Amino acid sequence: MGNLAANYGEAIAMILFVIGFANLLLHPNLIKKIIGFNIMDSGMYLFLAEKGYINGRVAPIVVDGVTDVNKYINPIPSGLVLTGIVVSVSVTALMLSLTVRLYKRYHSLNLDEISKQLKKEGL
Amino acid sequence: MEFVRNFPAISILACMFAAIISSGLPRKVGRVVNYSLIVLVGILSLTTFIYTLNLGESVVYVMGMFPAPWGNEIRFGVLESGMALFFSIIMALSMWGGRHKMKDEVATDKEFLYYVLVDLLFSSLLALIYTNDLFTAYVFVEINTIAACGLIMIRQNGRTIEAAVRYMVMSLLGSGLLLLGIMMTYDITGHLLMSNIKEAIATIPPTGGYVEPLLIAITLMVIGLCIKSALFPFHSWLPDAYGYSTVSSAAILSSLVSKGYIFLLIKIFYRVIGFDTIANSKILNVLFIFGLIAMISGSLSAIKENDIRRMIAFSSVAQIGYIYMGFGMGNEFGMIASIFHILSHAATKSMLFISAIGLTDVSHGSRKFIDLTGSAHRNKVAGVGFLVGSLSMVGFPLFSGFISKLQFMDVASALSYSKMLPALIVLGISTILNAIYFMKTVLRIYTPLEKMGANRAQADVATNTVASRVGINGVVVEPDFILFKNEKIYGIVIILFIALNVALGVCSNSIIAWIKTGLEMFS
Repeated sequence: MGNLAANYGEAIAMILFVIGFANLLLHPNLIKKIIGFNIMDSGMYLFLAEKGYINGRVAPIVVDGVTDVNKYINPIPSGLVLTGIVVSVSVTALMLSLTVRLYKRYHSLNLDEISKQLKKEGL
Repeated sequence: MEFVRNFPAISILACMFAAIISSGLPRKVGRVVNYSLIVLVGILSLTTFIYTLNLGESVVYVMGMFPAPWGNEIRFGVLESGMALFFSIIMALSMWGGRHKMKDEVATDKEFLYYVLVDLLFSSLLALIYTNDLFTAYVFVEINTIAACGLIMIRQNGRTIEAAVRYMVMSLLGSGLLLLGIMMTYDITGHLLMSNIKEAIATIPPTGGYVEPLLIAITLMVIGLCIKSALFPFHSWLPDAYGYSTVSSAAILSSLVSKGYIFLLIKIFYRVIGFDTIANSKILNVLFIFGLIAMISGSLSAIKENDIRRMIAFSSVAQIGYIYMGFGMGNEFGMIASIFHILSHAATKSMLFISAIGLTDVSHGSRKFIDLTGSAHRNKVAGVGFLVGSLSMVGFPLFSGFISKLQFMDVASALSYSKMLPALIVLGISTILNAIYFMKTVLRIYTPLEKMGANRAQADVATNTVASRVGINGVVVEPDFILFKNEKIYGIVIILFIALNVALGVCSNSIIAWIKTGLEMFS
């Protein structure tokens, strides 16, 4: 329990991840699915950012000539977050464009509804 | 010969550049670029394969000259380069086999995008095969997903867009879990390069409280990749995605894309975690059970299906189950059998998709079984292709499917009773189920043409609906024939597929020896 309180940031990140995951998996509405996906990814970035930061240290940019390793944090997790954001932005754009296509065709955002219409079409 | 070390990196980069260039080229040039790219990658992979075979150990190629813990690495041995060679062969055959359908399936002004997507997909597959860095693997997994989604939806109708959405949703869930697993592993070990992670994992003390988080991280990665490669409970997106996309896409998706993820999983097993650690954990048992369920349920769904392409797609679910069952056997021989099955399934499934399109072509484009009656007489090459594919899937001697089934049986019979009995029983049942739906189809497509008249009463109904769908209202159209000389490229592709299948079946000993050396170099 003590560990959980000390790492509350990670705990929140995991809760966000699960909320997003469940939304992406279970919600029939496409827009809410995409929102869920973004919440899920944000949870992961929060987790990574939380893991990458060490209290009392600063970003690894040398000012005042301090080169002691113990003064700085590891920059790689932040770099990973950036890469992850790029990936999730492009995936979100793709999903949104697919949603637009489906909405123009079937005038619905509900994936189950669209499946029903498809069955009626008999394609 | 030192220059050969650059070839894997060159082939990945060449694919990416080809994708970028093709987006500005007219479609015919794009097609030429795409085909020559596949051939080029095939030649480069062959050279690398021979080089590593002579060298006898795997080669670490440092990207950008940054040394190990910081830089990015490519690592290749016999298995990786051989796999890349095999993938390029399948890719080339799938693209050529679906070429004549391209103008029906893809709008002409969108066709250049198809080649961009295929180039991108190929680069990500090669990167998944060669990379030695977990995060790079994740990025290329995402590129792979996006490109595959494009390949599904490039044929514009409601079905494919819906299939693409479902595919994206499941894939995003999978890659989310994969990324979380990679992050946790990074958090525990402090490394992203696979070999370094393995060293760090070996030093983790069993009592430090790090063992359980590591287990969770491994589980997350495994589940993520299982979702993406459509293991049993996660296969709901698969039949639509494979069944309604263009024929080349279906062949590439079923035979290569899912295999890329499985190859990454093998890599994680061997190079990140170490096979002994994973074999001692209970994860493989879970994979074993789900693999068994997939073998049965995939085949049952395929039997119920009334649409030839969806039937082949459901058969993929069963075959993925075989591969995971091989992992679940928990020893090196099971792994070898699984890798052989990856090859065999990739060669056979793409052939089935390509031949199925030839059969539906001579049945007014209908994919219902009733319209396919006797179609093998109308398109002989496609009929033979489908026959060989079916026999191979069922496990007829001489073809590749027989060897992989034999391998699985062989490995299973040496296991402990608790695993041997279910494995053998399910293998038997699954073979029978395979035989039911494949032989049913083969019998139907080989029904003699004279009997067609007797079936005319029922066929009329079906043909009418098809005819009205293509716009010839109410007119019963006589079945059309496609001869070898009309579609030479298609015929040659089918013949090459058959040759590949027989080669896999006949030269199985040397292929298994190759996989064995590859796995030894792997870890």
